[in-house]
Amino acid sequence: MPSFGENELSRRDVMAGATACAALAAVPARAEGRPETAGPEQPVLAKVSLTVNGQRRELELDTRTSLLDAAREHLHLTGSKKGCDHGQCGACTMIVDGRRINSCLTLAVMHQGSEITTIEGLGQPDALHPMQAAFIKHDGYQCGYCTPGQICSGVAVLAEIKAGIPSHVTVDLNAPMQVTDAEIRERMSGNICRCGAYSNIVEAMTEVAGRPA
Amino acid sequence: MKFDTPAGQNPIDQLKVVGKATDRIDGKFKTTGTAPYAYERHDVVANQAYGYVLGAGIAKGRIRAIDTAAAKASPGVVAIVTTLDMPALGLGRMNAANLFGGAQIQHYHQAIAVVVAETFEQARAAAFLVKVDYAREAGQFDLEAVASSAKPVPGDSGEGSGGGSEDRAGDFEGAFASAPVTFDETYTTPDESHAMMEPHATIAAWEGDKLTLWTSNQMIAWTKGSIAKILSIPEASIRVDSPYIGGGFGGKLFVRSDAVVAALAAKAAGRPVKVALTRPLVANNTTHRPATIQRIRIGATPDGTITAIAHESTSGNLPKGKPETAVDQTKLLYAGANRLTAMKLAHLDLPEGNSMRAPGEAPGLMALEIAMDEMAEKLGMDPVAFRVRNDTQVDPGHPERPFSHRNLVGCLKLGAETFNWSARNPKPGQVRDGRWLVGIGMAAGFRNNLLMKSGARVRLGRDGIVTVETDMTDIGTGSYTIIAQTAAEMMGVGLDKVVVRLGDSSFPVSAGSGGQFGANNSTAGVYAACVQLREAVAQRLGFNSADVAFADGQVRSGNRTETLAKAASDGELVAEDSIEYGDLAKKQQQSTFAGHFVEVGVDIDTAEIRVRRMLAVCAAGRILNPKSARSQVIGGMTMGVGGALMEELAVDTKRGFFVNHDLAGYEVPVHADIPHQEVIFLDEVDPQSSPMKAKGVGELGICGVGAAVANAVYNATGVRVRSYPITLDKLLGQMPDAA
Repeated sequence: MPSFGENELSRRDVMAGATACAALAAVPARAEGRPETAGPEQPVLAKVSLTVNGQRRELELDTRTSLLDAAREHLHLTGSKKGCDHGQCGACTMIVDGRRINSCLTLAVMHQGSEITTIEGLGQPDALHPMQAAFIKHDGYQCGYCTPGQICSGVAVLAEIKAGIPSHVTVDLNAPMQVTDAEIRERMSGNICRCGAYSNIVEAMTEVAGRPA
Repeated sequence: MKFDTPAGQNPIDQLKVVGKATDRIDGKFKTTGTAPYAYERHDVVANQAYGYVLGAGIAKGRIRAIDTAAAKASPGVVAIVTTLDMPALGLGRMNAANLFGGAQIQHYHQAIAVVVAETFEQARAAAFLVKVDYAREAGQFDLEAVASSAKPVPGDSGEGSGGGSEDRAGDFEGAFASAPVTFDETYTTPDESHAMMEPHATIAAWEGDKLTLWTSNQMIAWTKGSIAKILSIPEASIRVDSPYIGGGFGGKLFVRSDAVVAALAAKAAGRPVKVALTRPLVANNTTHRPATIQRIRIGATPDGTITAIAHESTSGNLPKGKPETAVDQTKLLYAGANRLTAMKLAHLDLPEGNSMRAPGEAPGLMALEIAMDEMAEKLGMDPVAFRVRNDTQVDPGHPERPFSHRNLVGCLKLGAETFNWSARNPKPGQVRDGRWLVGIGMAAGFRNNLLMKSGARVRLGRDGIVTVETDMTDIGTGSYTIIAQTAAEMMGVGLDKVVVRLGDSSFPVSAGSGGQFGANNSTAGVYAACVQLREAVAQRLGFNSADVAFADGQVRSGNRTETLAKAASDGELVAEDSIEYGDLAKKQQQSTFAGHFVEVGVDIDTAEIRVRRMLAVCAAGRILNPKSARSQVIGGMTMGVGGALMEELAVDTKRGFFVNHDLAGYEVPVHADIPHQEVIFLDEVDPQSSPMKAKGVGELGICGVGAAVANAVYNATGVRVRSYPITLDKLLGQMPDAA
């Protein structure tokens, strides 16, 4: 990561603009009051307020913190996994404001006021979400590392289909959208499972969708 | 417990719990994100700092200097350790390259520094301020270019395949020269990456001279021993803990830089440090499956009887590395009196080649089983019939050694029937389904069964709970569940009365997870410990141990019945034992077998390949948990599709590194690539393998499947590709007319 030293002022301006747009004032905290020219730059901290699994969480974060690391390292919600840290594997999938996203590809401070559901918010060991129960029943996992992302994606995919959001393989955009194997496979392809549980994951999702597996 | 005579009737044969398709006992943790993986263990030790590993930017040469001034002054930085701070550290078990220390660079992305800071963001930012002055040296990076300089070498994968530089039976050259039908082709397989979902990660903490590593590793005892050697500290000072491992596939068999660097960083920082390799480091910093060039020659009589077979493989590695043992299965899979297998190894300065899921057999069968398809066609024989014709019930190079149990023919015949093989058109390029050319292919699967000493401790608590402790790991294989099933069966309790604790080096040493040896050996070790615990229970209850039955939470002897918990009412009972093996596996060959069947569609215009149907029929002894065993097999089949159609580490032969070192560049199968997969296990037991009568399945699933895909592509298109992966560019110029 390059030093931003020479761009200090302009970057500060950008930060100020971003925080001004946010619903709550998120002020770069530690950067204030530091001489512009002295030594290496201090991290820029910002306050962000998120609703995570129904709970309001207030954080003050280095603005470079990804939403994934905010959850894993600051909230200790480690269910969301870091498989690649650049949006290639899907292990970090969370449901943010109703849509699934790769939480490693977005900064936490971009989510002021967001409603975030992580795997921990879907269900707990003694109170499983139907998708979690179906993954267990169909053995839709092996090592378990991609599993929270698969499950979050799986829940969101069924909601997308229900909402009529088309995919690359949708045959008829005017007909009611169906939960087909092809739709599941296409929409789930951003979630890699190196253990190779795909065949079982499709069965688990199919069961939750209410279609005979 | 010494296992030196074939297993007779024993409590496992009740099959009340063992052998039943069972949901994983760790499933509710994995599916809720509450199973703790290495980097996530905030609870185990306070004040963890973040380490960021820097990899070398050259493939070969020396570091003249490392300037850490700017990095050290960067906010939040706690400590920086560079490779120049110490001499090259010793090699751990099976390591071919040094994991840290010294100025010499042996391969690209070799770890050269770790920057420790208060936060991940600070450590990462500071790491990029480290300036390294390299003296680059020329290296050898192109296997094809250096193959002629390769030297004959013996080698052992350490995972069940190996051999001499040259192994012979009969007179191959003479028999091949006089064979009425002969075949001689060369195949290549590329470098492949394990690409497990969880990158290597470790939290290290020192307490005085005691080091604890919360890490992600398949082999706990090996790691402990290797860390002791590398850091020159006593094994007794080290604890390693890996209760959950986010995939390994051989990439976490041996200790890697994350553990070493975390330990060094924690020492330097004076506080616990957590380190995860970034995804781009995984391909070049850790190990990979080496590329191979394989020549196969087969001589046969016109009726399809093999009279001569030779398999030679050339691979490359660092000077201390081993060959890919790709020829090994060819010693055992088919009959034929005159045989030759040979391995050569070339010097390469690429990252270290080492075990990846079914080392040897996976790439070996990718070649051999295309060759068998080609030879069958040459002979005008059905590929299934050709393989059945050449089945053998003895080690063909040592006919005095029978297989302990071999039903490859059963796998092939049942597979052919189930897959409707008889409907296949043997003439390629004939079957159309809309824009798709459709083809069907098959291959045999073969992988040896390994016996390894494995220990366990079993506790019976006052509450009647049976707790198993062993350093066995569960890398997605289902170890937790099959170990619980074993203890439940032995102690006559339900799975709800069993607790399994794994992956901690303070537990008895197990076989660990590798070479598909984990399931049979680790459960056999638990069996041995349970035999001891049953004895202790009988004694405590004053029963004659010879006629005691354990069932339904009760212990019965004659007309007396007590609850199992009663035996521990005066205090916990603890038993420990291991399974150790005699020479059964020397006298008889123990292997596992499969028939793989695949249907593909190839787009007539674009040559895009889609897998449409997959079936594996497996013969692997007793299947302890058909649910998780099936998952192991479909996982192997999926990785096999990857190997056949897309996986290839692209070598920059000038700069000497794997270019596509992330999950976008290194393509692995995704949901859209994999159809419904079917697996059938033959109902069998192998009393020679252990008291469990089980064998491995974790690698059988990948063995042969790549060739089945390749043969299906040939059947669909008539284009024979002998260089994996089979990508559409290799088909396009030769595709049949679309008309």
